[in-house]
Amino acid sequence: MPAAEQRDEVEMLWLMLLIRRFEERASQQYQAQKIGGFCHLYIGQEAVVTGAVATTRFDDYVITAYRDHAHALARGTSANACMAELFGKDTGCSRGLGGSMHFFDKEHHMYGGHAIVGAHVPLACGLAFACKYRNEDRVTLCFFGDGAINQGAFHEALNLAALFKLPVIFICENNLFAMGTSVERSTSLKQIIDRAEGYDIPGCVVDGMNFRHVRDTLSEVVASIRKDPHPAFVEARTYRYRGHSMSDPASYRTKEQLEKYRLDDPITRLRAQLTREGKLTNEKFDELDKEAKRIALEAVKFAEESEEPPLEKLYDYTYANGAVKAAPSLPKNNSAAEKKAAAAS
Amino acid sequence: MSEMRQITYRQALNEALAEELERDPSVFLMGEEVAEYNGAYKVSQGLLERFGPKRIIDTPISENGFAGLGVGAAMVGLRPIIEFMTFSFSLVAFDQVVNNAPNMLTMSGGQFNIPITFRGPNGPAHQLGATHSHATECLYANVPGLKVCTPATPRDAKGLLKTAVRDNNPVLVLESELLYSSKGLIEPAETELLIPLGQAEVKREGADVTIVCYAQTVPLALAAAEQLEDEDISAEVLDLRSIKPLDERAIYDSVAKTHRVVIVEQDRPFCGVGAEVCYRIQKNIFDELDAAIARVSQEDVPIPYNERLERAVLPNADKLIAAVKKVCYA
Ligand SMILES: Cc1ncc(C[n+]2csc(CCOP(=O)(O)OP(=O)(O)O)c2C)c(N)n1
Repeated sequence: MPAAEQRDEVEMLWLMLLIRRFEERASQQYQAQKIGGFCHLYIGQEAVVTGAVATTRFDDYVITAYRDHAHALARGTSANACMAELFGKDTGCSRGLGGSMHFFDKEHHMYGGHAIVGAHVPLACGLAFACKYRNEDRVTLCFFGDGAINQGAFHEALNLAALFKLPVIFICENNLFAMGTSVERSTSLKQIIDRAEGYDIPGCVVDGMNFRHVRDTLSEVVASIRKDPHPAFVEARTYRYRGHSMSDPASYRTKEQLEKYRLDDPITRLRAQLTREGKLTNEKFDELDKEAKRIALEAVKFAEESEEPPLEKLYDYTYANGAVKAAPSLPKNNSAAEKKAAAAS
Repeated sequence: MSEMRQITYRQALNEALAEELERDPSVFLMGEEVAEYNGAYKVSQGLLERFGPKRIIDTPISENGFAGLGVGAAMVGLRPIIEFMTFSFSLVAFDQVVNNAPNMLTMSGGQFNIPITFRGPNGPAHQLGATHSHATECLYANVPGLKVCTPATPRDAKGLLKTAVRDNNPVLVLESELLYSSKGLIEPAETELLIPLGQAEVKREGADVTIVCYAQTVPLALAAAEQLEDEDISAEVLDLRSIKPLDERAIYDSVAKTHRVVIVEQDRPFCGVGAEVCYRIQKNIFDELDAAIARVSQEDVPIPYNERLERAVLPNADKLIAAVKKVCYA
């Protein structure tokens, strides 16, 4: 019996489709060199973030690493704003300044998009700390990869969360590889979930290819945290179908392994479950998929037509309260700029 | 000397690693993806096969841990080469690089020197965003006890890396992602190529202005010098090669010849490398200067992802040419 509120399953299937179609378009646009820098796709892992948001509230907090497009979409950031960010446009969710690895959306409680492995895990503690501080019953969902669990920041964060009983769920998206390094080659433990025990944090393993399993497990965890704040750890076993980033041929793994997971596809599975239960027809599925494809394509058009961030704004976001760039003039003419700088520091 | 060859910067580093591993069994290479993946940028291609997993070692994503492991191993006489996938990630290991490695010799009253090499790509590449684009040379050159070099050509890359490995101090070899595939002339493989730290090189002779540069700004300075030639400005291109120790002699010799200086650096303006070079020039050979020294650096902002804005932030040939013209009153 699920313990926390849940969102409609057909809607969640639709969200997974949207994520997948968005990522496919992103991949294509990257190849067409419309997108620069590093770009990491989430294809295959959709059930994890979707299962998590299916049982949390819109005002709960989400924070993740650089494989972040799906998390923003799941939070409700529009496909347009996501694609525009990849294109580096002013209409992007980070105004084109962050790029693929740095998606932020304050309105939808998406706190990034963080590209230094492990560095955002302490931030999640901070988000959760603030919720507790203000007596809010929000939960913070902190996603990270299996590669992050060997960073010092991760360990310090887990201890802090346990010590201060912070309402945060650490969700390890274990897709078996950190770049080309398999979990067995990076981690001394037999299973990742044992990390939680070391910090006296309750933990569980979920099938990250199975939407319902992710959702139902998290549902109970969330209900427990809302009642009485505490951290929890969830290891979601999943798989990324694509390379680590767009430039990785993924030659460190076998075709058979990839095929095995593809056969266990999270979208196919939820579709089959819903169809079997009479909650979804083939026509309805096709309609949803068509709509997802249309939105992803539309997003490309939107991104293409959007303006670039203006050059004059280059200095606007270095400090709060606006630019403090000192005027390149002689000291005696410089006092206005100096006052501004002093005010900002 | 026998025939020079053309190789890439990446190959040059690979040769340096292989030669030093071959020469000294206390040398080992450790870092993320250096072994089975052959390096994120393929610098360590083939080394696992040749030297085995005892000496070419993949790590988890634990920069602070394996950098510290390297410092410890160096305390007892091994000569670690620690690869950072990029120097942006060295910030996770800042304490080991800045606190442990360079302080040990002094703190122990001269008992423990740390013969370690930290290497990897440094500086902005292309649209990697604020967290992945750090030019760390000014941070590390600020630390007494560290040596910092910044090779710009395959020949310098090989010669400086080999020297770094043999140095008895912590040395940072700051490579450039954008230069890995660039080619250049180098001595035959069998030649022992060692380039001393603290030795700048004139990459192009000129009479009217000295362009001081290093790392990614060397090709930029050479390109600008070509263009300036068409406008009858003869620019001397001085590649620092090492930031610390700094080859002041070479700088002063060039300035005494041209009397005008532009420093083009890949790091930030505030407390950047150019600020130090500029200070030393005006302090020591002020009378040689015919114009105020100009600097071209990044803008003082976190690096934006957007391509056009990123371009506006980074030094480029146009900005450099404008600065040269200004100091030449052209
Ligand atoms: C501190 C730091 N070191 C190295 C990297 C380079 N890097 C980026 S992603 C990655 C692998 C991370 O794998 P994992 O945490 O399992 O997440 P996944 O990519 O599987 O989502 C590495 C080594 C980085 N971004 N930050």
